[in-house]
Amino acid sequence: MLLALRGATVRFGGRAVLDAVDLEVAEHEIVCVLGPSGSGKSTLLRAVAGLQPLDSGQVVLDGRDQAGVPAHRRGVGLMFQDHQLFPQRDVAGNVAFGLRMRSEPKPRQAERVQELLDLVGLPGAGRRAVAMLSGGEQQRVALARALAPSPRLLMLDEPLGQLDRSLRERLVVELRELFGRLGTTVLAVTHDQGEAFALADRVVVMRDGRIAQSGTPLDVWQRPADAFVARFLGFENVVEATVGTEAADTPWGKVPVPEGAPQGTRTLLVRPAGVRLVTADKGLRCTVAARTFRGTHVAVHLQPGDAPRLEAACALRAAPEVGDVVGVEFDAAEIVVLG
Amino acid sequence: MDLTRTEVAARKRSAAARFGLLAAPVAFFAVFFAYPVAAIVARGLKTDGTWHIGRIGEVLAQSDVRHVLWFTTWQAFVSTALTLIVALPGAYVFARFSFPGKQVLRAVVTVPFVLPTVVVGTAFLALVGRGGLLDELWGVRLDTTVWAILLAHVFFNYAVVVRTIGGLWAQLDPRQEEAARMLGASPLRAWRQVTLPALGPAVAAAALMVFLFTFTSFGVVQILGGPTFSTLEVEIYRQTSEIFDLSTAAVLTLIQFAAVGAILALHAWTVRRRETALRLVDPSVTARRPRGAGQWALLGGVLATVVILLLLPLAVLVQRSLGAPGFGYYRALTSEDGGVFLVPPIEAIGNSLSYAVAATLIAVVIGGLAAAALTRRDAGRFVRGFDALLMLPLGVSAVTVGFGFLIALDEPPLDLRSSWILVPLAQALVGVPFVVRTMLPVLRAVDVRLREAASVLGASPWRVWREVDLPMVRRALLIAAGFAFAVSLGEFGATVFIARPDRPTLPVAVARLLGRPGDLNYGQAMALSTILMVVCAVALLVLERLRTDRTGEF
Repeated sequence: MLLALRGATVRFGGRAVLDAVDLEVAEHEIVCVLGPSGSGKSTLLRAVAGLQPLDSGQVVLDGRDQAGVPAHRRGVGLMFQDHQLFPQRDVAGNVAFGLRMRSEPKPRQAERVQELLDLVGLPGAGRRAVAMLSGGEQQRVALARALAPSPRLLMLDEPLGQLDRSLRERLVVELRELFGRLGTTVLAVTHDQGEAFALADRVVVMRDGRIAQSGTPLDVWQRPADAFVARFLGFENVVEATVGTEAADTPWGKVPVPEGAPQGTRTLLVRPAGVRLVTADKGLRCTVAARTFRGTHVAVHLQPGDAPRLEAACALRAAPEVGDVVGVEFDAAEIVVLG
Repeated sequence: MDLTRTEVAARKRSAAARFGLLAAPVAFFAVFFAYPVAAIVARGLKTDGTWHIGRIGEVLAQSDVRHVLWFTTWQAFVSTALTLIVALPGAYVFARFSFPGKQVLRAVVTVPFVLPTVVVGTAFLALVGRGGLLDELWGVRLDTTVWAILLAHVFFNYAVVVRTIGGLWAQLDPRQEEAARMLGASPLRAWRQVTLPALGPAVAAAALMVFLFTFTSFGVVQILGGPTFSTLEVEIYRQTSEIFDLSTAAVLTLIQFAAVGAILALHAWTVRRRETALRLVDPSVTARRPRGAGQWALLGGVLATVVILLLLPLAVLVQRSLGAPGFGYYRALTSEDGGVFLVPPIEAIGNSLSYAVAATLIAVVIGGLAAAALTRRDAGRFVRGFDALLMLPLGVSAVTVGFGFLIALDEPPLDLRSSWILVPLAQALVGVPFVVRTMLPVLRAVDVRLREAASVLGASPWRVWREVDLPMVRRALLIAAGFAFAVSLGEFGATVFIARPDRPTLPVAVARLLGRPGDLNYGQAMALSTILMVVCAVALLVLERLRTDRTGEF
């Protein structure tokens, strides 16, 4: 393992921001830590970088315990959330910074700066002032700066957080390609699931300083570990239920469950696609409370009597109007018994 | 367990680094400030190995001492109030209006603050004193009234208010007030509810600074006070150098020390409050051209105040210095005159400049180290306490420090009495607080994560300081050096004791010339003051070009 955290704990005034976290990152792996703000994901990066001392536990890089190794000797790269480019240096000065710190010869520095600026798609931008760059360009310079000293581990803190949506979607693809080509080992944190799923080989969901789930993007998406992960991924239809062999008792009535689902008191997730709208005389009777346009479909919010609301995904043309009364049936294939 | 121990070790290392940075400033202040002051207090209150604490009660019981205390306090209050009233509109105008010549004007209003108190006193003497401009025009003389002192204090401290309050005001986001307006507040109400509370701590801090400067006022009162008006500082000087009553002087020093300590504690508290989460913006976006008759009138009023209150006294000073035909007073400076000095007065310029350069170097090194130590994020209570202590030399009687130097630093291993370094050391004491105050806000404004970014890229702590901090504070460092230079140039209270008779500084020479009768001496005093003023003003104008938009406290 290139990086291993063992029982890593950081407390801020008694509150554990990182709570006995165990995490491993293999060489050439891209791991993305996903979590809401305040879940401790930035602290995780800072602890690995050596900017935040651990209260207990270990950070191990290449088999070597990093306790007592100061940040500048750990040989890891960190790309900061708002880039933190050095304002008094030009683009080339920023990219060359890490090389200068390692006393690389001047010609080698110049060569490497050029190479990296080409790599991030800013050829010939070396003399430009960083204050004059757009957000996307700053992000590229920050990336080039972090990559220049060839760190054994590259960490990214909300790498695309401040960029607009279309740019973000384009850059995430570029980053994934780039890291794949260079074989970079990456540990990134983000609160944006789309970014995490697009970038990562493996996604780690954090909650209150602990790891809630770890798995491939597909795993996490298909089988969220618990109600928190499901809600964080944007699923609204999560309820407590008593699961039997074929169906579960829920506030929405009997809901069919897939074969072999675990039995007993469980948390049940119904994907919006599994909520089928039928005529009002069949199934669960609901009133349409709201509808939001989502591009590919319409999300319809349904109020079934005094049970929790349900979200359904409808085709654009088939969506009912607000105030309409409809019936709801459930599709076992889109239902997941959590935990 | 091992891990916990290494983390503790890391924390200890950082504490050690901080201690290393603080060691030089602490040693400097212990040897050149605490020790001389303690020595002189001991000299006054300790005879034959026993302390006479009872002297404090005895001295306080004297009616003339109580009178001095009363006068010191009330003139400081009135001076502070007057300064606020006169300067607050100025702070607003400089913060919110843009008009041609604003930069130059900002420099102009700051000139009085760095002027030596002796020059300020002389200038007001030339304006409102016997044979002064007002006397000639209308027969009005104020030098026998307290008004001369109060006006000089306003003149001197105008910049403190404009800079501290105006600096923050310019950075307050005007949209905060707009948000209040959108919620239904009238312009006045929005100002009162939103802007005033945000400014409050800055107003308090500025007021306390002005109070401190006027409470410990020496040169101005010495020249304008005559026999009637005397502040604590002047009284300490009188008791020490004229009456030789060291025990009374020691008690007065302790009283002033206690008062200054209290003021500084209040100041530290307000400064901390000021640093709490205000949303600040770039000052260049908050200023705009005045609109409407009211705003133009306000601008005009402020300009008129600046001209009458700040420029007129200086102009009169220059005019008086030219009173003799053919630059007579200036030429007289170059001749051996009737024994006021052992050397031609003009040599005071060279003395002053070389002392000031040495003092500036000392102040920048000591103040820079202290500021670097105080910036560290993990600075604890002890370090913050040191922050406040650094300000003490601004308020503790300079006279005491000067005299303390003479009696404390006169035996081995520290026998500096005959060394030239004594004067720069005393002057640096006053310069250090300015260096720290100018550099701290800039250093604290350097984003911690910028340092972290450098660190992650492989820069050692020393390298981080050189690569990240230094380029950003270079300008602040120059400005701090300039302030230290100007302050050293004008230092009077301590220098008057320790400057050797054959090596007077400019302010000392001016005071001695003023103390002698005759037109020629008076004229030479004006001429020397003018020279001193020009040197200070030039230094300041150079600084103003360097000033970053982020202003320190001065």
